[in-house]
Amino acid sequence: MSSDKQKVTSTDEFIKGLWRDNPVFVQVLGMCPTLAVTNTAENAFAMGLATAFVLLMSNILVSLLRNFVPKQVRIASYILIIATFVTVTDYAIQAISVELHKSLGAFISLIVVNCLILSRAEAFASKNTVGRSILDALGMGLGFTFALFCLGAVREILGNGSIFNMPIFPEGYQSWIVMILPAGGFFTLAAWLLVINKVQTRKAKS
Amino acid sequence: MNTESLGTIFLNAALVNNFVLAYFLGICPFLGVSGKMETATKMGGAVTFVMIISSMCAYGIHSLLVAINAPFLQLISYIVVIASTVQLVEMFIKKISPALFKSLGIFLPLITTNCAILAVALFQTSKGYGFLQSVVYSLGAGAGFMLALVLIAGIREQLNFAEVPSISKGTALTLFIAGILSLCFMGFAGLGA
Amino acid sequence: MSEASNIEMQNPANSKKMLLAMVGIGIISAFLIVMSFELTLPRVTRLKAEALEKAIFEVLPGTVRTQAYGVNTNGELIELAEGDKPEITLYAGYTSEGNLVGYAIEASGQGYADIIRILYGYDPAKQTIIGFQVLESKETPGLGDKIAKDERFQNNFNALDVSISKDGQLRNKVITVKQGQKQHEWEIDGITGATISSRAVGNIIGESTSNVVPVLHEYFKKESNE
Repeated sequence: MSSDKQKVTSTDEFIKGLWRDNPVFVQVLGMCPTLAVTNTAENAFAMGLATAFVLLMSNILVSLLRNFVPKQVRIASYILIIATFVTVTDYAIQAISVELHKSLGAFISLIVVNCLILSRAEAFASKNTVGRSILDALGMGLGFTFALFCLGAVREILGNGSIFNMPIFPEGYQSWIVMILPAGGFFTLAAWLLVINKVQTRKAKS
Repeated sequence: MNTESLGTIFLNAALVNNFVLAYFLGICPFLGVSGKMETATKMGGAVTFVMIISSMCAYGIHSLLVAINAPFLQLISYIVVIASTVQLVEMFIKKISPALFKSLGIFLPLITTNCAILAVALFQTSKGYGFLQSVVYSLGAGAGFMLALVLIAGIREQLNFAEVPSISKGTALTLFIAGILSLCFMGFAGLGA
Repeated sequence: MSEASNIEMQNPANSKKMLLAMVGIGIISAFLIVMSFELTLPRVTRLKAEALEKAIFEVLPGTVRTQAYGVNTNGELIELAEGDKPEITLYAGYTSEGNLVGYAIEASGQGYADIIRILYGYDPAKQTIIGFQVLESKETPGLGDKIAKDERFQNNFNALDVSISKDGQLRNKVITVKQGQKQHEWEIDGITGATISSRAVGNIIGESTSNVVPVLHEYFKKESNE
């Protein structure tokens, strides 16, 4: 990944996750939560923030312990660290809103197996300083949240005629129910990927 | 205690609430290995196998955690046990049947991070299934996973010969197919009612 | 695998370090988890109780105070102590003067997509169901989830007959009929487009009422005679 560590500026460390290496749109990582809980903008946003928090905390701890953990047990220790923070997040969300916790359900626990977090711990935090790991996690986390929000917003607007539970279409709007159904998740992500592919091929040409 | 019949549980897990097409679980391997029919079948088999074993383990852990009244350790113990189960299974297969290991080998490490496995353990706990119910549930989930994988692989093999716009090649196209399949699977809803 | 064990053999100090690292991380993890669990527990318990109370107030209009009851295996109504887990849990609701409004009863069953969990209010004096709410369902958005939102469907539960006949059983079991074909007071007017979901609600209530209502009726008769 970041092979030229020395040349990369701190701002770049932050920016890369937002767009150029966006975890969802470009790297297609962490798909399970991406699709399952993006039926409304609110759920998508909450899920994105929860993942970003776990990513940030585990990146910090992995980076702090990087000289202490022997190579052979590093993956096991990462999983342990990530599972810890996911459990903490799970309780935090419950304490914030039982309603939200119910609508996200088991998918909070499933952040544990989000490939994005493990891959950032392995590819970045284990080789870089705490400061850089924080920037990396913030960038990637916000990029992830942004992508989830894009999916959730499109699905809620088309499927429910609202955004953040506020109706935006005039009375009589026939909502596209298919967008809230699981199939809508596949279609929306596929459509976003098409848009991004188009933008990138155009950029490559010019 | 949940009193659903075993048949209902199996149908629900395999078709109505298909793990891939309704819950989006196990998408990563789904996108990765669904290009060829043969690998898809093998991956499906390996996942089903690990699912059943880890489901049994999860049932045991859950009973233990309830007994010592420590629900907050659930997630962390599930993930650790599943990860080590996969390791053990890997070593076991290597010893017993090197031929099988050769064909399954590369998939086994991938399975550890397959969310469908952890999800089976978590869902069966939250639904309050008993031991036999849990095993049938994991069997259904595995069968559903394999079915979705094989279906997609079959379609993708055919699509290799089709001309599609260059921007839709790869992941986007697979996602579109998955979406259409997911719509088809909605027809199964109500089977368990 | 073999690579790892080779390194281990060359360097025995390494395995000690490995063990130390894992134990260290284990301790940090345990500390963080237990701390967050302890910190959030009071608030989570309170929020959950509040959510339940809100649902009870909804199905038993006029309630200000609730009391949990259970039905034991002999079919008798018992007051719940802390930590009890009876087969059926229900809640009595009282007005501010201490008069009984009715009982809120939890029930669940298989719906179109997954399990549906509901709460309904039963008034023993009128022998009718007086309120209904969906606690949890994964029914298809826009179709099956009408059972939670559709006003016409909700109106079914303002006065749904569950009267008891002389033999101590329900006179008529609650059942869902097709939309617009409701003729009797114990029938639920279904929803076109959510046929299976609305029928499932009828089945859940029918099943639950025939188990619970006779018990409550008996208990209520005894109480009011005293």
